[in-house]
Amino acid sequence: MHIYLPIAGQSVNALFMILLGFGVGVLSGMFGIGGGFLTTPLLIFYGIPPTVAVASATTQITGASVSGAMVHMRRGGVDLKMAIVMTVGGFLGSVVGAAVFRMLQSTGQIDVVISFLYVLILGWIGTIMLKDALLALNIVAAKAPRKEVPRHNRWVASLPLRWRFYSSGLYLSPVAPLAIGFAAGVMTVLLGIGGGFIIVPAMIYLLGMPARVVIGTSLAMVLAVSAATTMVHALTTRSVDIVLAGLLLIGGVIGAQYGALLALRTKPDLLRLALAVIILLVGLRMLLGLAWRPDEIFSIEYL
Amino acid sequence: MKSPFPPLLLAWFTPLLMAADKPVLVPDISARQVQIRYSFSGAQLLLFGAIAYPEGRAPARPADIAVVLRGPVQPILLREKQKIAYIWMNADSSRFRSAPSFYAVASSRPIRDLIDDRTASIYELGIHNLQLSPGGGSLPERERHFEAGLLDLRSRAGLYSENPHGVEITDGILYRAVVTIPSQVPVGTYTAETFLIDSGRVVAVATRDIEIDKSGFERDVWLAARRYRFAYGLACVAMSLGLGWAAAVAFRRRL
Repeated sequence: MHIYLPIAGQSVNALFMILLGFGVGVLSGMFGIGGGFLTTPLLIFYGIPPTVAVASATTQITGASVSGAMVHMRRGGVDLKMAIVMTVGGFLGSVVGAAVFRMLQSTGQIDVVISFLYVLILGWIGTIMLKDALLALNIVAAKAPRKEVPRHNRWVASLPLRWRFYSSGLYLSPVAPLAIGFAAGVMTVLLGIGGGFIIVPAMIYLLGMPARVVIGTSLAMVLAVSAATTMVHALTTRSVDIVLAGLLLIGGVIGAQYGALLALRTKPDLLRLALAVIILLVGLRMLLGLAWRPDEIFSIEYL
Repeated sequence: MKSPFPPLLLAWFTPLLMAADKPVLVPDISARQVQIRYSFSGAQLLLFGAIAYPEGRAPARPADIAVVLRGPVQPILLREKQKIAYIWMNADSSRFRSAPSFYAVASSRPIRDLIDDRTASIYELGIHNLQLSPGGGSLPERERHFEAGLLDLRSRAGLYSENPHGVEITDGILYRAVVTIPSQVPVGTYTAETFLIDSGRVVAVATRDIEIDKSGFERDVWLAARRYRFAYGLACVAMSLGLGWAAAVAFRRRL
């Protein structure tokens, strides 16, 4: 069944888009991620203009994080103060990101930059996760006993103006979470990814937040920032396609529920291994896209 | 601007009413308006009509017909990717000030058999005769390189097409041609031109307009995204929050 997307200006297979949303939704429910890093590239491979793909994928991140954020909120797993600080950073990041987006668009390098950043980020995160998962599953033996990681990062601890974050039991400068939020905001606008899989390690290793509040806080922050980013795209690039977003969301929110169910029945280390492999595969596909001769040498930009 | 008479009727009467010694074209299109709706996946237009000869009957050696359907002109920037440091990236670009967004030509015989190159380029018959107005100041070689790129890109997208045997002429009087429009055409006023060609000369020309427009929901969405950006953005956010919440509630009851 074909349906016409008014903003993208082309017709797509509606069933395919719902299934794509569902598939990514299952993964996002399983791994507690927004799934934007899969939706955006897949939409681009399908032939949706990159700008529309990035802008419309952000709505799916919002939809997928709603139920997770609700659950964690009820259990008290959200450090609201921390989430607000990070969200403020995220807002600033999305505004700056939008300016960078426009600049890259006018020089014609937006596609390359999007692909390049994807390769870097996915390759880096994927490798770390793969190593961790293989170690945890005893497939690879740890070479040396790990050094004790200090709970507080030295750079973060040296920042001035410290605040107390009671839910996290931390006493640190708000500049650090602000910066993490900022980075997430930039990524959300540029790449259409919520950045959950980068924020979570940053919160654990850089801020030293306890695991109890990490997932909930990051979900709350991703929710707020992705919603804000949708607004930024609607106001600046005007490329949010509400029909495409609706199709992806219908599949996505249902898939996320099934994914959460599946996650309860699977070994967490196996889950991490699977996610690492998926991330690396998407990164590899992006890398090949950059290095191989593209299908189209020419591209049209409307003035 | 629909003619009060069916084209066939007109074709018979026009010669009687006018004392002209030149043939006249009476064209029509299967639809004066194409509406892009939710299920729009392209359209087929029938361009048909009659050749009204002064004497009311076709000459022994029948003339040829070429029909052209063209979309609104858009200024564009064409970018070319090149391999730089192992990565394919946009390196060079060229402007075209008057590239039609859609162009389809159909004729009863190949264009080059009908008219010479000069006449073809005057009437912009054939995709290689389009006046694209490339941005000034560049070498002719480079211009040609980019023009070829644009023509190739749009030909493969179905936006530019040539059908050298696409016009069917019945009894030297009635002609018809089918033109296919893909789903990704822009909206605007399209023109359908019909050329009557005899012995290498264009004898008669007739033009009709076609409106291609988004309609109903698609149009409202498209306009809302441009005019009421803030409200549109809020609607998108509300939809994602609402659907996410609804799924969470629905599944909590079931489990």
